[in-house]
Amino acid sequence: MTAPTFDLGTLHGGLRLPILKDESTAQVIQHVPVPAQLVLPLAQHAGEPAHPVVSIGERVLKGQLIADADGIISAPVHASSSGKVVAIEQWPVSRRLGENAPCIIIECDGLDRAVHLSEPIVPFEKQSPNILFQKILHGGIVGLGGAVFPTAHKLMEATTESLEHLILNGVECESYISCDDMLMREHATAVVVGAQILLHALRLDHCFIAVESDKPQAIRALADALSEVQDDRIAVKQIPTIYPSGAEDQVVQLVTRKEVPTGGLPTDVGCLVQNVGTAAAVYDWVCKGEPLISRVTTVTGDGVASPMNVKSRIGTTVADVVNFIGGYTDRANQLIIGGPMTGRSVTTDRVPLVKATNCILVLSASPQIGAEKPCIRCGDCAQVCPVLLLPQQLYWYACADNEPKLRSYGLTDCIECGCCDLVCPSHIPLTADFRSAKLRMRELADEKARAERAKQRFETRTVRLEREQLQRAHELLKQKEQVKKAGPKAIEDILERSMQPSEPDKDE
Amino acid sequence: MEFERRDAPFLTPKVDVASIMRQVLYAMIPALAAHVWFFGPGIVFNLIIASVFCLGSEAAMLKARGRPVRPALGDYSAMVTAAIIAFALPSLTPWWVTATASIFGIVVAKHLYGGLGFNIFNPAMAGYVVVLVAFPMHLNLWTAPRMGDIDYQYPTIIETIRYTLTAALPADLGFDAVSRATPLDQMKTGLSNMQTFDEIHNNPMMGSFGGRGWEWVSNFVALGGIWLMLKKIIRWQIPLGVLAGLMIPSGIMYWADPGVHASPGFYLFSGATMLCAFFVATDPISAATSPRGRLLYGAGIGFLIYAVRRWGSYADGVAFSVLIMNMAVPAIDYLTIPRIVGHDKFEKWHHKSRT
Repeated sequence: MTAPTFDLGTLHGGLRLPILKDESTAQVIQHVPVPAQLVLPLAQHAGEPAHPVVSIGERVLKGQLIADADGIISAPVHASSSGKVVAIEQWPVSRRLGENAPCIIIECDGLDRAVHLSEPIVPFEKQSPNILFQKILHGGIVGLGGAVFPTAHKLMEATTESLEHLILNGVECESYISCDDMLMREHATAVVVGAQILLHALRLDHCFIAVESDKPQAIRALADALSEVQDDRIAVKQIPTIYPSGAEDQVVQLVTRKEVPTGGLPTDVGCLVQNVGTAAAVYDWVCKGEPLISRVTTVTGDGVASPMNVKSRIGTTVADVVNFIGGYTDRANQLIIGGPMTGRSVTTDRVPLVKATNCILVLSASPQIGAEKPCIRCGDCAQVCPVLLLPQQLYWYACADNEPKLRSYGLTDCIECGCCDLVCPSHIPLTADFRSAKLRMRELADEKARAERAKQRFETRTVRLEREQLQRAHELLKQKEQVKKAGPKAIEDILERSMQPSEPDKDE
Repeated sequence: MEFERRDAPFLTPKVDVASIMRQVLYAMIPALAAHVWFFGPGIVFNLIIASVFCLGSEAAMLKARGRPVRPALGDYSAMVTAAIIAFALPSLTPWWVTATASIFGIVVAKHLYGGLGFNIFNPAMAGYVVVLVAFPMHLNLWTAPRMGDIDYQYPTIIETIRYTLTAALPADLGFDAVSRATPLDQMKTGLSNMQTFDEIHNNPMMGSFGGRGWEWVSNFVALGGIWLMLKKIIRWQIPLGVLAGLMIPSGIMYWADPGVHASPGFYLFSGATMLCAFFVATDPISAATSPRGRLLYGAGIGFLIYAVRRWGSYADGVAFSVLIMNMAVPAIDYLTIPRIVGHDKFEKWHHKSRT
């Protein structure tokens, strides 16, 4: 059932970005074959990195646990094909800027032999929510929309709040990216059943699948899948095609007309948001026994020969993926992991495709835009800001490093969508400036906390020393008084005693 | 393969300051043509002089401040200042008056405050006010608009150039023969001489709303302004604020006593109202910055224009009103900060870490 579009909240500002998705949606999802080598970072999720449970030289099977969750918030990593662990070492990754991160390197044997499931598949309706949470945790499933927060933790945390809706986010508002669109078109049932599993685990009976209005095929596929399973708890909701309607808080605002409070989470307004890809991954794991070892990724841009969506094993390097689709064009100049608005550019294609990689964007050299000019306060940035900030004022205070003003003008509410950058006639890199201002603010807060701790330590020490001194003085006084009371004879006794060589007391 | 590193976003902006300023200049072309038609070629000479001195002072100041000259001159902001000064001055203006306005506007009001983006006051209006106070006689020499049925001797091109260069009128043309009181002047003196609005408005110099000819220049200014709004170069808040701020008090007064007060239509299409609403007050640098703030800022200017015209000693009050409201901008900005999404809705904040 497709809900009409008028029953929606509104989003302030936003941009109509060029869509640029037709190239990558022209053909069905292609499967990248097993590569010669897999690079699996230990930290593919928010929270603590996983710790390796295999050793170098060990043979592993597809789906086998190779690094287990470690710490309160973490997620395990599974081998995405069979082969031999050849190294556990630092490798360039896309998540940390210009840095390497520990990865498990597997040399594949090409046989792609799967591990035997430790437990039989039980229909999800027969499993209790707690068992399902544990299962989802063990499947290494994380939010595939980009934040890669471990799904099990998000679900368990949500159960402590009073929830109304589950929202599956199928809104891909960035240019170029079409992996969720293709997933919904081709695997709508997986998404819908995934939603049913999540509803069951959360004991909820209402779910919206939010999809942009420019994805009619995905909407039709979902409607077909829904009529097949006959589940009226789930409804598709069309969202206007405007960037950044797919950001978590913005989806909530559009679907429910409720604003997520500052510093809060969607659960504060009774919503839990999961990416449609995450729901499909939950389905694959719970119903088919396949942990999160592969995902759909859009490979596109004018820097690749034939843009398309591919399903590839997690850990396949970008170089291998691009090779599979026909390589780079001569114009390839920038490699971006993620979308053109919020992605990260990397310097090498040796980085592996990880759980978070929704898009590999290869672009030609960007046209030379003029140098940064002074802000003319035109206010276009404020017109497009989806959270109603005044970027022109924030910029001013960021330049002046005025932390209290940055706070009161809501720097921490900035979702770093990049809309303001794109409309700035002075070509000021606002989002980058805000990002570094946030970083400075955090550093400043840390420094303050450190200074506060040092101050406390110093004060406690001073108090202790004073107390000790006082005690000593007090004791001395007491001794003096005792001596005085005892009279001169006692003093002589004491002196005499102190002169004699000490010997053990025999009796009192 | 190795790649270049850049910061997100990777899409490139399509707008730039220079193109905005250029379009502002284009939007003035119809009004310029109307001005030449009704008031002779004087404005063209003024524009040339103002441009030379604005660009010259801009270049000199950039050099003195050790800033790159070429990119800043290429942003056309000094040209916009020059154009507004040219529109503000009478078509017959000696060159040193124009030069003083231009130099003061660019050197003092713009660069001594830190250059483009940092000036508190609108440079063109600051420059204009200086010459208004320093050369009151020259600022009153408005010629009559070209109207077929008015018996009036118009200065020729040669005479205009000579006047612009030397402030000397032809021997047979006295100052009084050339100059005509502006419609705002006539209204002001007329009303203070106990004439009624209708009486004054029946003068052959008056058109359907403002003065004849004058109102046509206003129409073309507004046309350019509307084009800028359609191009989203300027937003509707400031123009609407100025026009409403002027119309509402004048409307109330006129409605209360139409005899002794001029009609709102007269005020809208007289003097520099339209120029102010669409080209002067909309200068983003010296204006308020939030949408609500801009409405308020515009309304303040509109109301002050009315106050000066009705009760002040000057016939028009655009420059003063703009400068006064420029001063109020920090306060307006502070009072009109929009409510950030997710704020002030929930009393209880859940302090949880975001992922």
